[in-house]
Amino acid sequence: MRELLKVQNLRKSFKISAKQQKIQNTKERIKVAVDNLSFTAYEGEVFGLLGPNGAGKTTTLRMMSALVKPDQGDVLVEGSSVVKNPAEVRSKIGFLTSELKLEEFFTPNYLFSFFAELHGVEKAEAMERKQKLFERFGITEFAEVKVGNLSTGMKQKVSLVISIVHNPDIIIFDEPTNGLDVLTAKVVTDFLLELKEQGKTIIVSTHIFSLIEKICDRVGVIIDGKMAVCDTLDNLTIEKSLEDKFFDIYAERAGETYEK
Amino acid sequence: MKNSIMTVMKKELTRFFTDRRMVLTTLLMPGLMIYLLYSFMGTGLSSQFGSSDEHVTSIYAEHLPDSIKTMSESGVPMEFHDLSGDKIEEALDALQNTEEGYDIVAVFPEDFDTQVAAYDVASGTKAPAVKLYYNSTDNDSQSAYNMMRDLLDTYESALANKFDVNPGEEVYDMATEEDLSAQVFSMMVPMLLMIFLFTGCMAVAPESIAGEKERGTIATLLVTPVKRSHLAIGKIISLSVIAILSALSSFLGTMLSLPKLMGEQENVNASVYGIDDYALTLLVILSTVLVIITIVSIISAFAKNVKEATGWVTPVMIISMLLGVTSMVESLCMTEPVWYLIPLYNSVQSMNGIFSMEPNLVNIIVTVVANICYAGIGVFVLAKMFDNEKVMFSK
Repeated sequence: MRELLKVQNLRKSFKISAKQQKIQNTKERIKVAVDNLSFTAYEGEVFGLLGPNGAGKTTTLRMMSALVKPDQGDVLVEGSSVVKNPAEVRSKIGFLTSELKLEEFFTPNYLFSFFAELHGVEKAEAMERKQKLFERFGITEFAEVKVGNLSTGMKQKVSLVISIVHNPDIIIFDEPTNGLDVLTAKVVTDFLLELKEQGKTIIVSTHIFSLIEKICDRVGVIIDGKMAVCDTLDNLTIEKSLEDKFFDIYAERAGETYEK
Repeated sequence: MKNSIMTVMKKELTRFFTDRRMVLTTLLMPGLMIYLLYSFMGTGLSSQFGSSDEHVTSIYAEHLPDSIKTMSESGVPMEFHDLSGDKIEEALDALQNTEEGYDIVAVFPEDFDTQVAAYDVASGTKAPAVKLYYNSTDNDSQSAYNMMRDLLDTYESALANKFDVNPGEEVYDMATEEDLSAQVFSMMVPMLLMIFLFTGCMAVAPESIAGEKERGTIATLLVTPVKRSHLAIGKIISLSVIAILSALSSFLGTMLSLPKLMGEQENVNASVYGIDDYALTLLVILSTVLVIITIVSIISAFAKNVKEATGWVTPVMIISMLLGVTSMVESLCMTEPVWYLIPLYNSVQSMNGIFSMEPNLVNIIVTVVANICYAGIGVFVLAKMFDNEKVMFSK
């Protein structure tokens, strides 16, 4: 299988302010969010990044989408480096995270056209794609309603549609079903499966085991910024469920016990 | 390349022009409010310090001498009422109660003209006294008092007339209409324009940059392949367009109402300036807006939210207002081109030169070129900031 995305020895650290030091009860001035992280995503597969809050999943995804620069290491997206050519990387990926917001003043219709233009999508192609995606997600009847007046679920659907406005081959989703009601979460999950069927490469970060089990081919477990385990879902779940396996790995790596 | 700049510009302009509230508060209200405010101030000041043209001053006088009556016939319309005996008390009450038709009560000594003619200054005796009762809270009464004082002063001067200064109807002030207008406009307009330009920029730039950071929408733009420099250029040009329109609204309001503020003086008139003066002003304004928008945008990019950005920009606005005052102080008006490299000061002084009707083309060119260079450096800095995760994602 063709390597579409290659993460190589990625490292990212942040300075901790005095206030944060107090909150986190630490004297450390530097927090290593991602430490020497490597993995590869192949064409047409869904790769899941699993880990607790603060494990470094979001920072990793931000580096992969060229939003944040790595201190060390690199990410190659279809051969383009996030360090050397971030703009090219951005044109090749679709990135969706709850931290990326849409301007509430505009309508889905306007925003789709705006982001299509920024991605250099031809007008006719953008129109066709807009119609298809809006119909798929039931946005058509809300196309001229300002984003600020839409429900949370509808906003998330619009964000999802806009993140793939340019029909990228690699799509990165950070907690795609977080905060969604069950119906909208199902729509999003079904769409991820559809994208998988279309042969897209998808990287999903989540802490929801059922989502990983439903859509992922391979899983990387991140704990304290390090890749604890990276294997196929089938291999990870031979003996135990993914949830049990994860807590075993977590206990082993973080040195913490937990109660089920 | 050009496409992404245009796309960003189009989005910023659409955001502004489709928001009726923003259009109303940024474009229409400033000009309208300034016009109304200055017009009311001018009307208020005129009515405070002058009597209305239609008003006939009503004077109640006891022993009114013929000399004064004759002198008053050549001036503003006056109506004399003869007072005698107990009628004085009645008139004073009416004056105190600001009754219609009672402007002033004048009490002259009997045979005033004879007494004055016979009076010897060197004698050491008391001079004949004239008593003028008036009510200072009534504009017409205050005006009547001023008129009577002037009339009596003229009468007194006429008695010992040895020479005249500037006699007759001849115009002795050699200043032309243009000079008077230039003096007023060159003092006021540069400072006012700096305030308006800064206010226009403050109304849009923090919202567009710090506001987008605050709402998390800037990150959505930053994950697209658009170059940071294109994003910066697109934002700065579109924000400049809006700020210029806002400043233009304030400028129109000022130019139309300034003559009213100056008490409808016929000599103060914006029509003394030609197309070339306005073209030069526009050139200076355009380059100045670019500089101000760049400064406000950079400060806004550092800020975490709109409130913080507005707070940080305020001291810069105060500095620009202080620089605006330099147009009123002649010793601070430099003519050497090197001074015109100082941002904002150069704009004030260039506008001062234009409105004084003594534009220095070299200094104006230095100003415009320097401002464009500063804006270019600003775009570079802003693009770097858009690329800096610590600045863009600081919380």
